[in-house]
Amino acid sequence: MPKDHGIGASPKRREDVRFLTGAGNYTDDINIHGQAYVAFLRSDVAHGRIKGVDTSAATDMPGVVRIFTGADFEGVGGLPCGWQVTDRHGEPMQEPAHPVLAQGKVRHVGDPIAAVVADTPEQARDAAEAIEVDIEELPAVIDMKAALKDGAPKVHDDLTSNLCYDWGFVEENKAAVDEAFGKAAHVTTLELVNNRLIANPMEPRVAVGDYSRATDESTLYTTSQNPHVIRLLMGAFVLGIPEHKLRVVAPDVGGGFGTKIFHYAEEAFCTFAARQLARPVKWTASRSEAFISDAHGRDHVTKIELALNGDNNFTALRTETYANMGAYLSTFAPSVPTWLHGTLMAGNYKTPLIYVNVKAVFTNTVPVDAYRGAGRPEATYQLERVIDKAARELGVDPIELRRQNFITEFPYATPVAVEYDTGDYHATMDKLLEMMDRDGFDARAAESQKRGKLRGLGVNCYIEACGIAPSNLVGQLGARAGLYESATVRVNATGSISVMTGSHSHGQGHETAFPQVIAEMLGIDESMVEIVHGDTAKTPMGMGTYGSRSLAVGGSAMVRATEKIINKAKKIAAHLLEASEADIELKDGAFTVAGTDKSVAWGDVTLAAYVPHNYPLDEIEPGLEETAFYDPANFTYPAGAYACEVEVDPDTGKVTIERFAAADDFGNVVNPMIVTGQVHGGLAQGIGQALLEGAAYDENGQLLNGSYMDYAMPRADDVPFFQVDHSCQTPCTHNPLGVKGCGEAGAIGSPPAVVNAVVDALQRAGREVTHIDMPLSPARVWAALNG
Amino acid sequence: MYAFDFEKPGSIADAVAALKDEDAQALGGGQTLIPTLKQRLAMPSKLVSLTGIAEMQGISKAGGEIVIGGATPHAAVADGVAGDYPALAELAAHIGDPAVRNRGTIGGSLANNDPAACYPAAALGSGATIVTDRREIVADDYFQGMFTTALDEGEIVTGVRFPVPEKASYMKFEQPASRFALVGVFVAKYADGVRVAVTGASEEGVFRWSEAEAALSSDFSPAALDGLSVPADGMISDLHGSGAYRAHLVAVMAKRAVAAAG
Ligand SMILES: Cc1cc2nc3c(=O)[nH]c(=O)nc-3n(C[C@H](O)[C@H](O)[C@H](O)COP(=O)(O)OP(=O)(O)OC[C@H]3O[C@@H](n4cnc5c(N)ncnc54)[C@H](O)[C@@H]3O)c2cc1C
Repeated sequence: MPKDHGIGASPKRREDVRFLTGAGNYTDDINIHGQAYVAFLRSDVAHGRIKGVDTSAATDMPGVVRIFTGADFEGVGGLPCGWQVTDRHGEPMQEPAHPVLAQGKVRHVGDPIAAVVADTPEQARDAAEAIEVDIEELPAVIDMKAALKDGAPKVHDDLTSNLCYDWGFVEENKAAVDEAFGKAAHVTTLELVNNRLIANPMEPRVAVGDYSRATDESTLYTTSQNPHVIRLLMGAFVLGIPEHKLRVVAPDVGGGFGTKIFHYAEEAFCTFAARQLARPVKWTASRSEAFISDAHGRDHVTKIELALNGDNNFTALRTETYANMGAYLSTFAPSVPTWLHGTLMAGNYKTPLIYVNVKAVFTNTVPVDAYRGAGRPEATYQLERVIDKAARELGVDPIELRRQNFITEFPYATPVAVEYDTGDYHATMDKLLEMMDRDGFDARAAESQKRGKLRGLGVNCYIEACGIAPSNLVGQLGARAGLYESATVRVNATGSISVMTGSHSHGQGHETAFPQVIAEMLGIDESMVEIVHGDTAKTPMGMGTYGSRSLAVGGSAMVRATEKIINKAKKIAAHLLEASEADIELKDGAFTVAGTDKSVAWGDVTLAAYVPHNYPLDEIEPGLEETAFYDPANFTYPAGAYACEVEVDPDTGKVTIERFAAADDFGNVVNPMIVTGQVHGGLAQGIGQALLEGAAYDENGQLLNGSYMDYAMPRADDVPFFQVDHSCQTPCTHNPLGVKGCGEAGAIGSPPAVVNAVVDALQRAGREVTHIDMPLSPARVWAALNG
Repeated sequence: MYAFDFEKPGSIADAVAALKDEDAQALGGGQTLIPTLKQRLAMPSKLVSLTGIAEMQGISKAGGEIVIGGATPHAAVADGVAGDYPALAELAAHIGDPAVRNRGTIGGSLANNDPAACYPAAALGSGATIVTDRREIVADDYFQGMFTTALDEGEIVTGVRFPVPEKASYMKFEQPASRFALVGVFVAKYADGVRVAVTGASEEGVFRWSEAEAALSSDFSPAALDGLSVPADGMISDLHGSGAYRAHLVAVMAKRAVAAAG
């Protein structure tokens, strides 16, 4: 019988009631009396020198409150980068300034030049159009390899080149890796592109700045995945506002996918302008603005080589990647192609020697940063593609080649600095084979052929690293932040509970899943637990939600705080029951003296804590509220095996996904329905990357697909009914819940499955196609078929 | 959007009068025009809505032809002609999404003449007659290149007359993002011959593929098109496909349309 409450049950998401009935409270729903509106004037050229900004005509237009330009931000801090990477030679990365409004130069289409604050949004836009900007257009650098050539135009004049860093990992292994390649029986090489993606959360970004002259307090309402991080970065580095005078609220957020982690210029602008004008200031991005101002994702160009010995064991792996940073360093951009990518290159395999080289490059494009999976999809894609290619070259079964190289003993220290605590890759592969009906493939392929279609099957594995930690280690790696999470469990007098968490929920279902954990621990009903998040004034300092960390890190903080609650409550119960604390048991919401029928209810204990008449005041304080900060000992390592079956229409090149099976190991699962939903969403995004999406710039740096007319997001009929399983569970060994994280797995594991399947279909049809770059649009597949 | 005045007349005559003002513009379902206004790419002084004009709504039959009012939304066409002209109904049923189909109008689509739109293929492929407030224009004269038609300033498409073919079919290969036609081919067989109209492909907008028409007029079967192709020159080349790819798709979709027409 499936459980009907607590850990392992699948109650419906309580937050969906407000979302589905239009009662959500999103940032754009926040309107403060007297607010003014901002319109940004953005660069329409990719690279240029600003010779003058004439606001005189615009200033006199109706409703204009004030116009700001880069000059207004001289002496104000720039947007900080939260991660410093050290290069192969021990030198720090090149870190350019990132002003709130452009100063001197514009560096990508969409770079904000000026901002108009006016009484209405239309007046702000009218005035923005009336600003005259004199820009001397400069040649743009778009292609990464061209950007690194001698004499290439420089995105930042004060840097020595467009190279942000040249990173080697593990540099000390390089010679040994090269030597192993010299001795290899077989080497498979693959060059590929991991296409640039635009996250496109359903809710565009919004910022509302407010300022109280009475208290000298600033408040920023913003569409963020991590309000405390924004408060820290903006308060300390940009505007110089101490924490106690700065509140950041991220209310309901309509999807983030990474792109709402970062601190953006518009947030700093609205907070700054509200202080200057002593008036609330609001900005709501249009969808067109989102395309050219939200950080993009991926955009790697990679060459990967895999060395095998005569027994087809992997002996070494070597990669060279060019990673696009865009025009500025977005908040966590440098970490994505390095520590979130290089450390995952072992995958599920015991390759003994690995060397990863990454060159991060500045170009005249929108900044690139973490997007669902962040670095791990890039690692998985190249590794699982090169293994597939190797299997075809060697004429061996791609599944068997993977199996024979699986890591089977845990803990396992990879040659790329991480230690997998637990896993069972054969188990997920066995489960996948059961789900995908491999034996039936030939019959299905024959049936496709009758209809003139080519059927193909792609299989791959993935490993992920979630809940990046511990803080002291990531500090050594260059993080300028800690990566713990916090929780305050406030038990109220009548026994209801408010949990203040630093994790932010923007689609993950925390408000449903977190209470399941607490209810399980206390034996009370979930409805007694409320989750409070997204407001620095209400919750302890927390790091927010990204990297599939919320349950593993935030949930663990909640467990620790709840354990403290239980300890204290037992003391109170022991006093009420006149028993020894050691004999008190908590079960089904009541405290019992072991071996007796003497008990006191949860609500009586909590009431005693706040009405402490009969209470051990000489031993413990009144009240029942505890806070915990949890800093994990290690990452968690979810893993799985995915299978995709496609049909290719050889006449048009159109690929349709006929079947998709995902066998994941997420460790323990708190709410299986939510986990299934997270996998569905991730798979749809991964399939979107594989078949449909890809930001395209022309040589002048104009975004060619800056709207939904040309940028193809996946729709319901682009994906099949998924088969999803998470019954293979090797619990994480170092967090109290044994959970691993499931938010990104689908987006990480699915692109190689799709591409492997298409290549398989083409090869079965006798075509010598070994690779097609994503997105596998009909035109590209047709070109490959007829190439 | 820039500010504009708004009128919703109840008759064609009032609409024509209202459109005489400088920079006044007709508003059909707004599915093209409103996004254009939101992007501030157009600045009409006045919008004259055509959706309140009863004489421009609905579907009727006259003399072997189907007559569709110029302000009839796509969804009404999809329902209304399903029995008499299933290929046209199918085409209308696959334009955009339900919101687009319930707002967007046949007159708006034909006036706009987007090179990737579906209705132009049906009108040209059926040899339809475009009826305006002042004249009748046969489809062969009406379409004059991308976003260009024979309409004069302030002229309103009040209706479209479609001769009903013996057999017909529309095959649309969707552009992955917009789901407009990357290539769409409308094939219709009439007693006096076959018409083949192609949308999505050409830099000149919708066009008739006369070679295919000749071949199909003597033998209405997919095999009749074997070996025929349109030149890649002059075909649209963009992010979603080269001219050569589009030219190839024209032949593929034409064959499929013939096969589907039966
Ligand atoms: C998401 C989306 C998907 C779409 N997908 C498709 C698709 O797959 N295939 C397709 O063919 N189309 C598609 N369209 C376009 C849609 O069919 C539009 O409705 C149509 O092109 C314009 O019709 P409308 O009535 O909305 O015209 P409007 O947007 O109101 O007007 C368009 C132009 O026509 C003029 N106009 C309007 N009515 C008349 C008239 N009766 N006489 C003279 N001039 C007039 C207007 O002044 C304006 O210049 C899509 C649109 C959207 C938003």
